[in-house]
Amino acid sequence: MEAVYKTPETLIDTPTHYCPGCGHGIIHRLIAEIIDEKDIKGQTIGIAPVGCAVLAYNYMDIDMCEAAHGRPPAVATGIKRVHPDKIIFSYQGDGDLAAIGIAEIIHTANRGENITVIFVNNAVYGMTNGQMAPTTLINQKTLTTPQGRNEQSDGAPLRICELLSVIDGSRFIARASVTSPQNIIQTKQLIEKGFNTQIQKKGFSLIEVLSPCPVYWRMSSVESIKFIDEEMIKAFPLGIFKDWEGRN
Amino acid sequence: MMLTDENKKYLLTGNEACAEAAIQAGCRFYYGYPITPQNEILTHMAIRMPQVGGTAIQVESELAAINMVHGSAAAGARAMTSSSSPGISLKQEGISYLAGSELPSVIVNIQRGGPGLGDISPSQADYFQAVKGGGHGDYYTIVLAPGSVQETADLVYDAFDLADRYRNPVMILGDAQLGQMMEAVIFNKKCGPDSYKKEWALTGANGRKRNIIKSFYPVQGELEEFNAKLQKKYNLIKSKEVRYEEINTEDADIVIVAYGTCARICKEVLMKNKTPNIKVGLLRPITLWPYPSQIIQEIAGKVRAILTVEMSAGQMVEDVRLSVLGRCPVHFYGRTGGGIPSPKDIIKKITEIISVNKKTIN
Repeated sequence: MEAVYKTPETLIDTPTHYCPGCGHGIIHRLIAEIIDEKDIKGQTIGIAPVGCAVLAYNYMDIDMCEAAHGRPPAVATGIKRVHPDKIIFSYQGDGDLAAIGIAEIIHTANRGENITVIFVNNAVYGMTNGQMAPTTLINQKTLTTPQGRNEQSDGAPLRICELLSVIDGSRFIARASVTSPQNIIQTKQLIEKGFNTQIQKKGFSLIEVLSPCPVYWRMSSVESIKFIDEEMIKAFPLGIFKDWEGRN
Repeated sequence: MMLTDENKKYLLTGNEACAEAAIQAGCRFYYGYPITPQNEILTHMAIRMPQVGGTAIQVESELAAINMVHGSAAAGARAMTSSSSPGISLKQEGISYLAGSELPSVIVNIQRGGPGLGDISPSQADYFQAVKGGGHGDYYTIVLAPGSVQETADLVYDAFDLADRYRNPVMILGDAQLGQMMEAVIFNKKCGPDSYKKEWALTGANGRKRNIIKSFYPVQGELEEFNAKLQKKYNLIKSKEVRYEEINTEDADIVIVAYGTCARICKEVLMKNKTPNIKVGLLRPITLWPYPSQIIQEIAGKVRAILTVEMSAGQMVEDVRLSVLGRCPVHFYGRTGGGIPSPKDIIKKITEIISVNKKTIN
């Protein structure tokens, strides 16, 4: 009998360290499925960020490297220049990519570096217990915005896809979420397009994924999904922001 | 500008020699950010790397440069970055990660005056930062201190070799004087990257178990175990890689300890010795880490005094004192903020030491 659904070969069967309701596990699985389906397991090198997903290498059976906070695009550049025919992706959170690593991501996109970035946006610093991120929503309460994020003093949520899409070197920029089976399928298609962009040597690609963080949002898993669908997507609309095939 | 003729002399600045030697040592990945007085390394790389099929990128920051070195080193290649003092401060985050990830890599520091923006004149005030770790955590960078343009080239070859042998970052510690001055240099010592099989490198896990390059050990006890392994490696380096030059130390009354540009100036002192009744010797550390403590300790047992000369307010002198362990008086002469000691200044200091010592020793 043919198996129609199984654990991807690239996904390591091990207990998770992620909190209940966290989106990282879904996104890890999607990447693993894509690597399996494209048969690029032996050619793919990933870069794990600082933050909750630092242990991404515990779950993906591929060569992986760690990077300092915010520096994965630079590390990815260094690897890609040595191995231009390998598939290089960095996996970054919002604190990593949009705060301390904003220079690295902008300049890596601007060089048109032929890598793929998976940008997991949960609007909060998770690993350090829930401080404000550059993507925290206006009025969203965090440990460091106890009265809610104030636009005047804290700034507004930083829209990375919109920001990167005006950079010439960006070739595929898209935002998705993992709040429903339909959205998860969409996320997978977009990440796959990011990998295809790289495989076809078209240049820099980034897929932002809106992802729940129930523990540091102080919400249930169900409330978290609702928060993304009803609140987060107002600040971070889903869609394709740049497409080298001209589909946006 | 092809500089590949063996045994042919080229007239080059220290910076150019440094860049060229890196290429001839098999470095094909260079990442840099302009800062005086080491810009010629970046510009030489920009010309030469495309000629040899390599990559030279002017990047957005020192942080990006050191992390690109991290990536290329992790991918198994010989990679280098260069900067000067304020830029090296920025790179220290990355150097700690390189040490923690055990990635072979070469970092060139052509020192300038500090603290802060300082100036662009020669200085040796980054000694502490270079030899005591520099970034966070318990680690050491191998530090090589050339004293001439030729030696800069020679030590760059060695730097790549040591980096690969010990899977450790290696720093070339020069200064503005050394980087900017021109001397004849011969590129005749090659060591390719091929002698080291990097089975740990990230190449895509095709047909083998995956490789993970990391410095994060969150499970209780794991990090301590890893640090013990690092310390074992550092002890091995200490036992095998100490280098120094000795001149007239055999029967010296006073031995000067100085490195790099200061050591060159002290050699002048030895040649022009204006105190004929006093025999002056020189001990020039070539490796600043590991430090030649043993030989300094031996010398300390035989001389009236040791004089440390540095272009700093007194940094290496601490390691000299730790090596001497009170066996003889240790004196210090230093200039800061771009000041360069003259042979005359040093002779004056020696004369002072001797006149004081006469009362106590004779």
